[in-house]
Amino acid sequence: MRQINTEQITDTVEKLCTDANYNLGEDLITSLSGALEKEESPLGREVITQLLENAEIGRKEQVPVCQDTGFAIIFIELGQEVVLAGGDLREAINEGIRHGYKNGLLRKSIVKNPIDRINTGDNTPAVIHTDIVPGDKLKITFDAKGGGCENMSRSAMLTPAQGREGVIDFVVETVRTAGANPCPPIIVGVGLGGTFDYSTLLAKRAILRPVGSNNKDKTIASLEIGLLEKINKLGIGPQGLGGRTTALAVHVESFPCHIASLPVAVNIECHSHRTKTVVI
Amino acid sequence: MTEYIDLKTPLENSTIEKLKAGDKVRISGVLYTARDAAHKRLIEMVVAGKDLPFDVKGQLLYYVGPTPAKPGQVIGSAGPTTSYRMDTYAPTLIKMGLKGTIGKGSRSKEVIEAMKEHKAVYFAAVGGAAALIAKTIKKVEIIAFDDLGAEAVRKMEVENFPAIVVNDTAGGDLYDIGRGKYTIPL
Repeated sequence: MRQINTEQITDTVEKLCTDANYNLGEDLITSLSGALEKEESPLGREVITQLLENAEIGRKEQVPVCQDTGFAIIFIELGQEVVLAGGDLREAINEGIRHGYKNGLLRKSIVKNPIDRINTGDNTPAVIHTDIVPGDKLKITFDAKGGGCENMSRSAMLTPAQGREGVIDFVVETVRTAGANPCPPIIVGVGLGGTFDYSTLLAKRAILRPVGSNNKDKTIASLEIGLLEKINKLGIGPQGLGGRTTALAVHVESFPCHIASLPVAVNIECHSHRTKTVVI
Repeated sequence: MTEYIDLKTPLENSTIEKLKAGDKVRISGVLYTARDAAHKRLIEMVVAGKDLPFDVKGQLLYYVGPTPAKPGQVIGSAGPTTSYRMDTYAPTLIKMGLKGTIGKGSRSKEVIEAMKEHKAVYFAAVGGAAALIAKTIKKVEIIAFDDLGAEAVRKMEVENFPAIVVNDTAGGDLYDIGRGKYTIPL
């Protein structure tokens, strides 16, 4: 048994908010730099150069790289041997978000009711996913999810007959219709299988993999490579102004599904990909 | 690389009509800001016959909701938000004399037609280059809807704010032109 105080969770979450929003991950920077070398469009190269310059400003001056500091999404992996003491886990997480977004001068972008739309004023509540796993660690992953790219996400319940081709067509068509709106170059998270709801969670988890990494399953990895190639043939390019870099990466997460179903979800992430993980 | 065209607000039709899709511009002068929630209120005011918080004639509207400013900063990070969400509202303001909007992502047919008819253009700023863009903003004040926080209407003074013409008054569309150049048939 190992005890973790919820105060430590609050402090950790607060630091994750600002770390993620100011300092883009090395995997993302490497991916953008690689895209800059391959991009054929002069305007596309100019855009990517500005994004890299912007990332450097964020890191040097400790300011948000994008003004949409996002919906706070928290993934918790709680070891079975951990006992939480001090208070309610959800409360502790939301308090961390509250502090992080206030002290870190991040934007408050959440409205309480989707119809009335009054701002909650503190960027809470977070969307929290919890998994109980073996062990005695607590892993916290923070993701600042921008609204623009999230809005371009789609899901479908395909028929088994539509198969691999149907999945490819749906993913590519989703990116094609999104066009310039999600702030290309994008990262495409695909959730394949599970149930209607689980497929969208898979797609979100897919986004959080190291940028450009391939699925360990060879069939799925080949799907990822094929999708990335097709998407970059669309010519949408950086900021939709035309070019070869529409997507930096396609990550597919897969799960068993019903004999009658082929759920597929596409969660779009922009190039301001802000995620940090800490293990307590 | 092609040169920038320097623009100083307020803008006249003669300047607007010369702009072509793909022109890179540097804007100096005043930009007004509004996004989803503010637009809803602005249009309600128009429908109710009330005066708007600012005169749109000759002006440019920037779709942005900035982060709070650090001590010593004029404004926090301030890149564009996605424009299509303001498509239902834009034609009304364009008809009233708004000369341009700045955002990112495609506009609807109705907005494009309104821009052609009433001589306005649509500029894109680089989405996500929010810290970089903020450095061109020299002065900011909230002029309406303070309660909306990041979504309040602001009056900004900018110097060499970088943007690119996406839709011009002749029907040119940079998103179409750009994609057309780089699409490889599947």
